[in-house]
Amino acid sequence: MTVHVTGCSTATADQLVSREIRTESGQREVFCGLTGIVWLHRKIQDAFFLVVGSRTCAHLVQSAAGVMIFAEPRFGTAIMEEKDLAGLTDANDELDRVVTQLLARRPDIKLLFLVGSCPSEVIKLDLSRAALRLSQRFSPGVRILNYSGSGIETTFTQGEDACLASLVPELPAQTDTKPSLLVVGSLADVVEDQFARMFEALGVGNVAFFPPRKSTALPSVGPNTKILMAQPFLPDTVRALEERGAKRLAAPFPLGVEGTTGWLRAAADAFGVDPAKFEQVTAPNRARAERALSAFKSELGGRRIFFFPDSQLEIPLARFLSRELDMQLVEVATPYLHREHLAEELKLLPIEVALTEGQDVDDQLDRCRIARPDIVVCGLGLANPLEAEGITTKWSIELVFTPIQGYEQAADLAELFARPLVRRAKLVA
Amino acid sequence: MQLTVWTYEGPPHVGAMRVATGMEKLHYVLHAPQGDTYADLLFTMIERRNKRPPVTYTTFAARDLGKDTAELFMSAARNAYARFKPQAMIVGASCTGSLIQDDPGGLAKSLGFSIPVIPIDLPAYQRKENWGASETFYQLVRAIAGPKAPPPGTKRAERAPGQRAKCNLLGPTALGFRHRDDITEITRLLGQLGIDVNVVAPMGATPADLTRLGEADFNVVLYPEVASQAASWLQRIFHQPFTKTIPIGVSATREFVREVAGLAGVDPEPVLAAASTRLPWYSHSVDSTYLTNKRVFIFGDATHAIASARIASEELGFKVVGLGTYSREFGRDVREAAAKYGVEALITDDYLEVEAKVAELHPELVLGTQMERHIAKRLGVPCAVISAPVHVQDFPARYAPQMGFEGANVIFDTWVHPLMMGLEEHLLAMFKDDFEFKDGALPSHLGTGHAPASAPAAAEVAVALPQSAPVLDGAASNPAPVATAPTGAVWAPEAEKELLKIPFFVRGKARRNTERFANENGVATITVETLYDAKAHFAR
Repeated sequence: MTVHVTGCSTATADQLVSREIRTESGQREVFCGLTGIVWLHRKIQDAFFLVVGSRTCAHLVQSAAGVMIFAEPRFGTAIMEEKDLAGLTDANDELDRVVTQLLARRPDIKLLFLVGSCPSEVIKLDLSRAALRLSQRFSPGVRILNYSGSGIETTFTQGEDACLASLVPELPAQTDTKPSLLVVGSLADVVEDQFARMFEALGVGNVAFFPPRKSTALPSVGPNTKILMAQPFLPDTVRALEERGAKRLAAPFPLGVEGTTGWLRAAADAFGVDPAKFEQVTAPNRARAERALSAFKSELGGRRIFFFPDSQLEIPLARFLSRELDMQLVEVATPYLHREHLAEELKLLPIEVALTEGQDVDDQLDRCRIARPDIVVCGLGLANPLEAEGITTKWSIELVFTPIQGYEQAADLAELFARPLVRRAKLVA
Repeated sequence: MQLTVWTYEGPPHVGAMRVATGMEKLHYVLHAPQGDTYADLLFTMIERRNKRPPVTYTTFAARDLGKDTAELFMSAARNAYARFKPQAMIVGASCTGSLIQDDPGGLAKSLGFSIPVIPIDLPAYQRKENWGASETFYQLVRAIAGPKAPPPGTKRAERAPGQRAKCNLLGPTALGFRHRDDITEITRLLGQLGIDVNVVAPMGATPADLTRLGEADFNVVLYPEVASQAASWLQRIFHQPFTKTIPIGVSATREFVREVAGLAGVDPEPVLAAASTRLPWYSHSVDSTYLTNKRVFIFGDATHAIASARIASEELGFKVVGLGTYSREFGRDVREAAAKYGVEALITDDYLEVEAKVAELHPELVLGTQMERHIAKRLGVPCAVISAPVHVQDFPARYAPQMGFEGANVIFDTWVHPLMMGLEEHLLAMFKDDFEFKDGALPSHLGTGHAPASAPAAAEVAVALPQSAPVLDGAASNPAPVATAPTGAVWAPEAEKELLKIPFFVRGKARRNTERFANENGVATITVETLYDAKAHFAR
């Protein structure tokens, strides 16, 4: 399979405009943005995430974190009580006390995020002022920032967007005039290292990843910075970076061979890499990935897949599955669709695909049951009930926590969809 | 504000969900923001339920706050009524929902449904999950059984002669610790006594079933955290007495049999005589000698913690060195129980406080929740789980009740397996100088997957010995000192060498004990003498 992003599009700009997108509002079966903490705290290794919220928030983060993998994780909750709701000055004093207690307990923390929640938003607890006040008190040892991961503001992966956007003002200004590349969005360390080697081989120098593994090593940003989005759910972060002068490179997302190639090519073109060199550097990886993928083509080809909205990764995933594995897309739903950042993806998506933005879960379940797809991608709350109805599912959360980007992971990504089907076929009892 | 890393209980509306999900044909409409739907996965993933919980969330967002969130609630309630056609509906708000003050109860009433609609008002910033379950169950019972109440002052009609006694089983919910199997076990036990079960609630009951609660002669309260309040009300209104004994453990089960037999007017003796449980004999067998005075720390919900302390002390011969609960509502009961064992009860919902207590007490076994399992793992102490909050492991495929005589058997196995095994412990003492005992020797029950780099020859002999070390996940693969308490004392090289002669699976404990002894006695340098002084000090 030879894959080129340019000249390969299946839809023209006019068709894009006319593409029908169903917009639903109703009961949503989606995690809130607090859940981003679960991977962010692994990524930024010296940061702590303190949710300022209710018992529900504490319970959510605990349940979403796979029920206690870590004996003492780098996140916690300051649970608001009746007395905190009575008067705001009281709540601020309380927050200072809790933060002091926490930092005394964990002197290894260099960056503390105060994470806003639904109740703290509704009572208008000003966490940005609290962060400022506490920063003055604990600097230079600890930097204290705030963002909102509340379910009234954010869904699931938008928590990462809010977190990274809050970090942007902390990034130092770029001092040199050489162009630099900033890869934006959490990637597994192994994927990050693969991409770093790739950029090195292409001769794209001066590459940084955001968020960094250590909060003390923040990349710089300025008018010579070019942004390559590694995740589709980061509009606020990108806007904040653009306000600092950075320029976004239009690209598909690095899922599958085609997406990865298009993504790398966007950077290569922006840094003036000779097309022959691009071909020479990427060809072996592409060939290897395609070889690995071919094993899954017979398993997945022709199978019908239905996406419930979850992480905003749905559209790039659907593009990969339909174009590289010949799967049929029954419905592709996403909690939010950013037309501009996903433009390169939408060009590649078959024009007849049913797209849904938002969710009314009961109506969507009805459509799913009528369609009887071969496999359904959905959140954890729906997976077992659908399995019990005889519908094979893939938990969407695994697609967020597992390294799936890049050439070397393309087959792993396919395997995530093949495995539930293989399993169902194997079981006779 | 309270700083938490892990919490023992969810918010009160999760308690209400546990009641609603346990029941059939009841629907819960919850005024809650997007994100609160996470609670569904507790039921579908942890308990592996095959249906979504019967809950409709309004999932309001920030943009709705300026508009009419009340209308949002009403349309959600209307849709849920039309789609699910429940026999009754409960309505309420989660923590954020309660802040926007839409009055779900009043709104739902105005919709004029032809079914009972019961508002559940849960103060989310004061109360927690078990309280929420209790309050929900109580309100449901009041609203649905209430209309059948006899006029005040009337006496309960005598049961017709020859008619079998009937009771209700109250308290089991979704996400309960072994509730599923406890119901089966207790129903069977009551059947042997000639007592019928009228209604089991909330688990398995429909709202229609709740209307029949008053027909029973008495109530069996299985889980006071959920059922006490409802049972007290039923006693007041329907004159139904209820049981106080929780049938966990052999002695308690026997007392329970006598108690229900008394309430039902039947003879308990044939059932007691025929009861077969292996726990008492296994405890008496010489193999269990090693269990004598094993120091055990217990923490969980009040019901399971109190029952566990009694079993540990009276039926297994352990020494209870700590007893506590996160159920503040039952603090008094736990304090009373703790006094019996000469310890002070730990009443807290702060995981970090429990951890500090376990580290301080150096128990040989921890009986706790999944939280304590983690604490124990970090400290290298064996652990068995006795209580909610639950984990997917607490819903075993096999039949594994905690209550009744079979429950006692299950408990014996579950608590004793993490410890070193009977004869094996005696052999370990006898073979402790054997040159084959070295760090690489594998516990016999662990596969090669767990192997630290070990000499195969040594492993072969070691495996042949029934040494089966404790399930010290961390300690077995990492024999280095386990979370030693800060110490001022320094180890002399000879003492360090002597310590290495102690088998690795007890070395951590020996090291901790010695350091503790040195610190308590102001010893600056730990010598070989100190090591043996400490051994003598801690010897029993």
